[in-house]
Amino acid sequence: MSRCLADRAIDHVVLERGEVAHTWRTERWDSLRLLTPNWQSRLPGFAYDGDNPDGYRTLPEVIDFIANYAKAIAAPVQTHTTVTSVGGSDGCYLVSTDRGDWRCRTVVLASGACNIASVPTFADRLPRSVVNVTAQEYRNPHNLPDGGVLVVGASSSGTQIAHEIHRSGRAVTLSVGEHIRAPRVYRGRDLEWWMDAAGVLDQRYDEIEDIARARRVPSLQLAGTPDRSTLDLNALTEIGVKIVGRFAGITESGSAQFAGSLRNMCALSDLKMGRLLDLIDAWARENGFDDVAEPPQRLPPTRVEGAPPLGMDLTAGEIKTIVWATGYRPDYSWLKVPVLDRKGLVRHDGGVVASPGMYLIGTQFLRRRKSSLIDGAADDARDLSDHLAAYLDGRLVRERA
Amino acid sequence: MADSDSSVDNGVNVEALIAAREALGKAPQAALFKWRAACEWKNGTHSNSTVEGFYGLGAEQQHKRTFSFDADHPEVFAAEDKGATPVEYVLVGLASCLTAGIAAVAQHRNIQLRSVTAVIEGDMDIQGILGIDEDVRNGFGGIKVTYKIDADAKPEDIEALVAQSQKRSAVYDIVTNPTNVTVVVN
Repeated sequence: MSRCLADRAIDHVVLERGEVAHTWRTERWDSLRLLTPNWQSRLPGFAYDGDNPDGYRTLPEVIDFIANYAKAIAAPVQTHTTVTSVGGSDGCYLVSTDRGDWRCRTVVLASGACNIASVPTFADRLPRSVVNVTAQEYRNPHNLPDGGVLVVGASSSGTQIAHEIHRSGRAVTLSVGEHIRAPRVYRGRDLEWWMDAAGVLDQRYDEIEDIARARRVPSLQLAGTPDRSTLDLNALTEIGVKIVGRFAGITESGSAQFAGSLRNMCALSDLKMGRLLDLIDAWARENGFDDVAEPPQRLPPTRVEGAPPLGMDLTAGEIKTIVWATGYRPDYSWLKVPVLDRKGLVRHDGGVVASPGMYLIGTQFLRRRKSSLIDGAADDARDLSDHLAAYLDGRLVRERA
Repeated sequence: MADSDSSVDNGVNVEALIAAREALGKAPQAALFKWRAACEWKNGTHSNSTVEGFYGLGAEQQHKRTFSFDADHPEVFAAEDKGATPVEYVLVGLASCLTAGIAAVAQHRNIQLRSVTAVIEGDMDIQGILGIDEDVRNGFGGIKVTYKIDADAKPEDIEALVAQSQKRSAVYDIVTNPTNVTVVVN
């Protein structure tokens, strides 16, 4: 967004509470890799230029990429500046920080959707003997006590964390709710390549029947595995991870309750994956890829045991740690402009927020399916900076509230 | 495959459901329902329950008539078999909820159903309810539902109907997830 605004000579400042790429530096685990291949992170005027385009950036590489981009475009970033409130309305906003206040005609909210790790309310009834860690706090297995670990959540973070912890010699039980299974490589190419080529990532928010639901869909169950293997539930079962249903509650005696819906959760995920691959196959056929790509194939169904455990005594000592990989929500506690809906999310139309002159960027399916990817920033920033520039010029037709 | 909305008719008024979804999204208080039944002991393990009113859309509502349900235990339990057992009512609840869901999802997805039948079975070790073995639970060890569906659709689309029905089923949720039950007397 800064790059787009600079291109239009729109005077702006970027406020960052830490260093550039702060959350990458402080809120992610050590071995994290992006789940999108290196070639796919394309920022305006800045792309991957290394010799491993199909690889996946490590955490230090992501930090360097973002920090180098900020330097390359000479973004006007004020680091170590925490926003304490944003107030005002319609072209007259006051941004207060711990280093002084700013008056501005437009504000872009780029604080992302992953500020607070979501943890179910019953977590405060966990036995005190069990260590509690969120995916936001988790760094590596060696910081965890020895002994069994319950990982809750089987999307991208949960499966990667479960895999890493189990390989460290701590027996992992993985609690599985809704998840989006996908092969890492399909017909010889990265799944993200297909989703990009077939236009799936470019699907627009206003073309989707139920955009509110689409924005709540968990991340693809994909990992940036160096060997490009598929890290799905079958792969985890293979190395001895125990799969149980969604963590539904805790009894008074300190037992975890797992939902009896695991079989259907896995069936739903397999069916959804089938539909995505059918779509890719149809696109491949229509665009001449049937001759050059490997033939269509399907992963075997997710294996679910006959009677998965419905409970687990958390006081018995078998589980020493629980890792919550159950998603995130944004923190808008500093946002004093009345633009939040009843769920605490910003009301917006493709990033144009309900208060004139205010914009949102970098959240799930903001304008396109790729909006939450680094690769999605360019198109969203271009669209929203167009709108912002028109607003500043007074060229927008103002709607009465 | 059906090629237009009007040619598929499973008897589900999907337009009304979609309209309700939109309206209730804007007025969530109206979405708060209370379902009720009244139960009267007859004799032995025989009781009769009636369902006539419920609360929803901000007001008390009435069914078109009062529904009556006799429940009892079978003769092998040394009872009089004057009605299905309570656990069989739960199986009926689950099967009918899933079946209704299949019809609704099929209508929404323009799939013509020709026939949908299910057999549902819950296994139970009665050492639980008889208090013989405290490691055995009172309820079902597991429930299996087997559907036979004849519809104008590919096998994976039919599987998807059944999967989606479970995802949005009230009774499936009640059975697979914990629910608070409060019982008071006098």
